[in-house]
Amino acid sequence: MSLLVIDNLGKSYRTYRSEWQRIARWFFLPVKPSEEHWVLKHISFSVLPGEAIGIVGQNGAGKSTLLKMITGTLHPTEGAIQINGRVAAILELGMGFNPELTGRQNVYHAAGLMGFNTDEIKQAMGEIEAFAEIGDYFDEPVRMYSSGMQMRVAFSVATAFRPEILIIDEALSVGDSYFQHKSFDRIREFQKQGTTLLIVSHDRGAIQSLCNRAILLEGGTVIKDGKPEEVMDFYNAIIAEKENTTVKIRKIEDGSVQTCSGSGEASIESVSLHNAAGELVEFIPVGEPVSLRIRAKINRDIPELVMGYMIKDRLGQSVFGTNTHYLDCKLEALRAGEVVEYRFGFPANLGVGSYSVAVALHATHSHIARNYEWRDLALLFNVINISREEFVGLAWIPPSVECCR
Amino acid sequence: MLGILSSLWQYRGFVVSSIRNDLIARFVRSRLGGLWMIINPLAQVAIYALILSNVLAAKLPGIESKYAYALYLMAGMLAWSLFAEIIGRCLTLFIDQGNLMKKMRFPRITLPVIVVGSSLLNNLLLFIAMLVVFAVLGQTPNFQMFWLILLTLAVVALAAGIGLILGVLNVFVRDIGQVIPILLQVWFWFTPVVYPVSIIPEELKGTVGANPMYPIVTAYHDILVYGKAPDLQQVLITVALAIGLMLIGLFMFRRSTPEMVDAL
Repeated sequence: MSLLVIDNLGKSYRTYRSEWQRIARWFFLPVKPSEEHWVLKHISFSVLPGEAIGIVGQNGAGKSTLLKMITGTLHPTEGAIQINGRVAAILELGMGFNPELTGRQNVYHAAGLMGFNTDEIKQAMGEIEAFAEIGDYFDEPVRMYSSGMQMRVAFSVATAFRPEILIIDEALSVGDSYFQHKSFDRIREFQKQGTTLLIVSHDRGAIQSLCNRAILLEGGTVIKDGKPEEVMDFYNAIIAEKENTTVKIRKIEDGSVQTCSGSGEASIESVSLHNAAGELVEFIPVGEPVSLRIRAKINRDIPELVMGYMIKDRLGQSVFGTNTHYLDCKLEALRAGEVVEYRFGFPANLGVGSYSVAVALHATHSHIARNYEWRDLALLFNVINISREEFVGLAWIPPSVECCR
Repeated sequence: MLGILSSLWQYRGFVVSSIRNDLIARFVRSRLGGLWMIINPLAQVAIYALILSNVLAAKLPGIESKYAYALYLMAGMLAWSLFAEIIGRCLTLFIDQGNLMKKMRFPRITLPVIVVGSSLLNNLLLFIAMLVVFAVLGQTPNFQMFWLILLTLAVVALAAGIGLILGVLNVFVRDIGQVIPILLQVWFWFTPVVYPVSIIPEELKGTVGANPMYPIVTAYHDILVYGKAPDLQQVLITVALAIGLMLIGLFMFRRSTPEMVDAL
């Protein structure tokens, strides 16, 4: 039996020449909307108990509209949603908390908002208090809480009663890791008992480790529904395409985003990252060997050429940089029209995160003397942890361990 | 209609706790707490009474007490404050609660019910305070006061009907929220709360007579100041109007529900 059946669902926002025309429609006057803007169209899928479904898509693809309709706050314009059971959302943790009231009073209020009566709440109260683990603060006004404490209470109420469908937003990654583990345990427990999880995230790692199915929304329709790996690969292809075009647009409007400078005797043609099999990649598993390929074109005769690159983390901190001068791979006496390709092979011994590569073409050991071309943010890539043990930090330094007692 | 009632019943715990929280949250950090709810309207009455009865030497026909004017004012205020509070809060209700309505699923009808409940509670406290003041001024409670229960219901119906219509409209046409407080002010001065009916000039009597709050406020005066039974015939016209407005309000509320969150 399906928990959730979505059949040809569509949502449009209607605009009228005047809001009074909208109001006239309530009184059955025949007024046509001046414009209909469809944000979702022809969405159909069904969900079985115990599934964990990742919902992915770019901003504006319609994810939150879809979730709001499943939650029931938005009404579909066409099609139908059939839900067999209760839907709970951990979308907005602490929604409706009143800062002047105590945690306990807010729990009563929030659970009441979820539709539970006083007896049911009373019964669950001890459990909620115990799960939140905030001690005596539970009877203090919420304004005295840290945001983490508020989140603990909010999560405890939201999951005090097992729902048939649980909607989880990225909000879940807030809070300390102890509580994160605890809340994930609870979510997994729910899943075992038959709760279906709908998870919205941009984080490939989260989707792949939590979900057994993914649905990709693009432009208001489902364009892929299947195994998380497949769907995420497809999604990344779309993102890559989009990023390239936006970078181009950005370059025109605001040159500071991607800094390009240099005298132009040599220019950078392309920068790309490949895996061991030689395929273009954007997501690299920790520790995998990769190859950074940079093609440069010589525009005028130059006596000497050095190619350098620098890997930076998302905050712009240098992680690693070197150049062909230090690597003893100098090229001399280059002629105009020549094309040079460099391949830098290295293992991606980097921590999980997003990185950028800056590249430079120059003479001698540094770009200060003669700079042919310097390009910031020439390439972006992500490091993800699929197969290695859990670790934190910028670098992958795998230890061996000996334990004595 | 039945659906509305059953969902209200299911969410009764939420309605009650919302009304209580409303009260707690308003006064929890002030030293005098709930007293402010009584001090505020009484201070207003005191100001009006002082200025109008002493400075302007207004006299009420048919009553000799020195404090007659203060009594008259308080009786009118009791009716008007309930009326104005419900309309004022319903007006911005859906906009204020927009965030909640966008994120959570719950019967929307609970929102106006909470407003009515919490306004009624305020009105009850005001009434009790007023009884104390009345006793101090030498006016003892009488059995006619039981009529107030019916009259309060009439005020609630009228205010909730108007408030629901305006609250729904305000979501889509935000000018409503700006213009209504002004109109309420005008309405207040077209209702004999501050002044006695006798000073209304002849040519304006018709206008004031068409005011649905006029029979209500007059009935409050009859009961609280003069200790006599209200003129029910006039009140019934207002009640009929109130029920009509309530039905229109509920109809508009239902018709707007699918689109309301879109516009918030």
